Amino acid sequence: MQLPAEDPILVQNYISGDEKALEILINKHNQRITSFIYSKVLDRAIAEDIFQDTFIKVIKTLKRGAYNEEGKFLPWVMRIAHNLIIDHFRRNKRMPKFEGSGDFNIFSVLGDDKLDAERQLIKDQIENDLGLLIEELPDDQKEVLIMRMYRDMSFKEISENTGVSINTALGRMRYALINLRKIIDKNNIVLTN
Amino acid sequence: MEQIYPEKQDKCRLVKAKPETVEFLLQYSKSLNIVNHKGIKFENNLN
Repeated sequence: MQLPAEDPILVQNYISGDEKALEILINKHNQRITSFIYSKVLDRAIAEDIFQDTFIKVIKTLKRGAYNEEGKFLPWVMRIAHNLIIDHFRRNKRMPKFEGSGDFNIFSVLGDDKLDAERQLIKDQIENDLGLLIEELPDDQKEVLIMRMYRDMSFKEISENTGVSINTALGRMRYALINLRKIIDKNNIVLTN
Repeated sequence: MEQIYPEKQDKCRLVKAKPETVEFLLQYSKSLNIVNHKGIKFENNLN
């Protein structure tokens, strides 16, 4: 069985140009370093970013030949990570943000579900075009469709108001939709938002 | 009884950087070239 290479050998191999040595070093210490960073920042994405920045510094230092802590690779990397964590908190202190506490998130209360100006214009245009198309329908179908879609009436209420059975009202609604689709297809009208 | 477990259990979570992050670092390392010219180090990223 082949024993895993020691850090100083891997570092030396990497400095000599063996890129595979870096892969072994990263994979060997990945969990330990990432968990250390995560235990401080408690955010998976930020931990990932700091891990990446840590190894960018490691790579640059090793490639520049500026590494002189032979035999202490992991503590050296941990110190870089620690400094980057401090930088992260310093940056955040300068730019404080409100994140809420526990399960409460202020943005779930302040959410804006309104359409932006462009989408509102498109929506208005579609509704306007649809209104013109409905005008093209036979009167009995138009009546049922308007009651159902614009006045939100049930088919029972429609049947009572128009003096026809529920089945007839349903049938008229069905034909109204079929005819609307036919008009749309025939005139190559695009109704999308 | 003395509280011997951490206040935030989540702090002890074992996490690993994603394979994509590791791959990025390996690619970054391969593309990084540092040239020493008359005592001055020049960094090149050969993408």
